[in-house]
Amino acid sequence: MAKQLLKGNEAIAEAAVRAGVDAYFGYPITPQTELLEYMSKRMPELGRAFVQAESELGAINMVYGAACAGKRAMTSSSSPGVSLMQEGLSYIAAAEVPIVLVDVMRGGPGLGNIAPSQSDYFQMVKSAGHGDFKPIVLAPASVQEAIDMIGLAFDLADKYRTVVTLLLDGTIGQMMEPAELPPMSVKRSGAPGWALTGASGRPKNGIIPFRMQADDLEAFNLQLQQKLALIAHTEVRYHEQSVEDAELIVVGFGTAGRIAQTAVKMARRQGIKAGLFRPITLWPFPERRLSQLADDARGFLVVEMNAGQMVEDVRLAVGGQAPVKFLGRMGGSLPMPDEILSAIVKLDQTTTPAHPVGAIEGPMTPLKHFVSIN
Amino acid sequence: MTLENTIETVVADRPQALSQTSTHYCPGCLHGVAHRLIAEVLDELGIRERTLLVAPVGCSVFAFNYFECDAVVAPHGRAPAVATGLKRVSPDKIVFAYQGDGDLASIGTAEIIHAAVRGENITVIFINNAVYGMTGGQMAPTSLVGMKTTSSPFGRDVKTMGSPLKMSELIAQIDGATFVSRRSLHSPAEIRKAKKAIRRAFEVQINHQGFSLVELLSNCPTNWDMKPLESLRWIETRMVPVFPLGDLKNAVASHGIKGV
Repeated sequence: MAKQLLKGNEAIAEAAVRAGVDAYFGYPITPQTELLEYMSKRMPELGRAFVQAESELGAINMVYGAACAGKRAMTSSSSPGVSLMQEGLSYIAAAEVPIVLVDVMRGGPGLGNIAPSQSDYFQMVKSAGHGDFKPIVLAPASVQEAIDMIGLAFDLADKYRTVVTLLLDGTIGQMMEPAELPPMSVKRSGAPGWALTGASGRPKNGIIPFRMQADDLEAFNLQLQQKLALIAHTEVRYHEQSVEDAELIVVGFGTAGRIAQTAVKMARRQGIKAGLFRPITLWPFPERRLSQLADDARGFLVVEMNAGQMVEDVRLAVGGQAPVKFLGRMGGSLPMPDEILSAIVKLDQTTTPAHPVGAIEGPMTPLKHFVSIN
Repeated sequence: MTLENTIETVVADRPQALSQTSTHYCPGCLHGVAHRLIAEVLDELGIRERTLLVAPVGCSVFAFNYFECDAVVAPHGRAPAVATGLKRVSPDKIVFAYQGDGDLASIGTAEIIHAAVRGENITVIFINNAVYGMTGGQMAPTSLVGMKTTSSPFGRDVKTMGSPLKMSELIAQIDGATFVSRRSLHSPAEIRKAKKAIRRAFEVQINHQGFSLVELLSNCPTNWDMKPLESLRWIETRMVPVFPLGDLKNAVASHGIKGV
C-alpha cells in the first residue's frame, strides 16, 4: 500500500480496524476525539460494535464486557478521561481479559489544557489502577509507528491476556504525516476457551476479578507477577541512534524523543559524541540496555514533556554510574532542538574527563524554561 | 400397598439453571427466591446455555456461583455497561445484569439510565431492599424516610438525605425502556407475579424488543434487625406504599436489534 497523508488519531482508528477490532467504545475528549468520530462511521460500516458511552467509566466497562466475550475490544481517551478509566483497568487486569487503550495525552493536572503533553507516564506506567498490575505501555514517536503499534498492541493483549496501552501525546494524535496502513486482516472466527459464549456443552465459564480467601488472592497475585515478569523479559523494545560510540546519551520517548533526535544530530555536527535512546515500551522499561549504556557513557540527559517522570526510571537503570540531567517542558510547550542542544553542550562541558563524576553531583541546575521540582 | 402408591411424581425440583450448591446468603434473605425465579424462567424459556450473567458488587457478587451459566463480575454499579459490551458483540446471547440498590440506584445511576436510553437489548433484575447489605446496613438511596441504618442512626432525614429514589419510575419514562415492572417477594402470591414479570422481561430480550428491568422489593433481616417473617411484613406494610407494585411500562416498541 502506498503512503498517504494521515492524521494521527484517524490513522490509529483505521489501523485498529485493520487489526481486527470487533468493538470500540469511547467518550469525547480533546485531543483524541477524531478517533471516536472516525470509529462512529467506520465500525457500523463493517457491522462491528460502536457505542458512544455515557462516560469514560461506561466506556471502559463496555470494553471489559466485549473483551469477556473473547472479542478484540478497545477504547481511547485523554489524560483526565484515563483517570476515570482506572477502576476498569484494574478490574480488567484482575479478570485477565485482553484490551487495548489509546491515551492521547494532554496537559494536567486537573482540567489542565488540551495541548500536547507527556504527563501520563506515571499514570500509565506506575499506577494504572489499584493493586499490583502493570499494563504494557507502547510509546510511538510518529503516525507510522502508532499505526504499526496498534496491531502489535492487539497481539500482545491477546498473547498475555492483559491491558496494552498506546501512550502518545496530542501532537501525534493531531498531526498529519505520510504513513502507510497495513492491509485488512482476516476476521478471526471462534472465541478463546475462557470467553463467555454460553455454557453449552461445557461447564460454565466465570470471569471473576476477586478472590475472597487470602491464600487464593496471594496465589493469584503470584501468578500475575509471573506473567508480568515474563512480559518484562520478553517484550522490551527501544530505538537507538548513534549510541555505539556515544559519550552522552539523550533519552526521550514519543515526541520528545523524536525532537531529541534532531538535537543529537546537531550535537554530532559540533563534534559532541551524543546518542539517542528512545524507549518504545515504557513498561516493560528497557532498563537493562540503559544500564549497559551507562557503563561507557559520561552522562545522560532525559527530555520529557512533563516535570520529570520517566527520568526516575532512567536514574534507577543508570544506578548512579553517570549523572542524569533533566529537561522538561509543560503545559503544551514542546522542547525545541536548540534548547536540547544547549543542555547537551552543558552536559558535555560538566562531564569532561577533567571533571570527575563525583564533582558534579549535587542539586541539579535548573535549565532554561524548566521549573525545577527536585 | 398398591402399585399406584409407589409411583412418585415430581412436583418441584431444582431448576437446571440453578447450581447444586448452598448459598452464602443470610437466613431468611430473599436473594435465594429471586435466584430461583430467574433460574426457573431460564429453564422454561430454554435459554440457559446461551445466557450470560453480569453479577454486581454487593451481596450478590457471588451470584455466579449459583447460576449454571457463564458469568462475569462487574465493578460496583457498572453492570449495565459491562452487559452492553457483552451484548453488542454477542447479540445472539441473552445477557442479564443482577444488581442491588446501592449498585443500581446510587453508584451506578449513569450506567443504568444510559443503558435504558440506548435501548440496550438486555435484562436487568434490580433487588431493592432499601439498604446496603454487604457492607453492613448503611443507608441506600432507596432507604425509607425515617429509616434507621448504620449510617443514618437517627433515621433518614429528608432535609439532609433526601427521599427514596424510585428508579423504576425514572427508567419507565425513558423512551428506550420497553418493559419496566416492580414486584415484591414478600408473599407466595407476589412471588408468582414476580416470576411472570421476570419471564416477560426475558421474552422482551429474546424478541429483540429492547431494554427490560424488573425491580424486586426484597428484605434484609440481618441489617434490618428483624426476624425473617417480620421482614416480610415490613416489605408489605412499609415498602410497598412507597414503591407501588405493578408494570410501570409494557411497550411493544423497540429500537430494533443491536449488535454485530
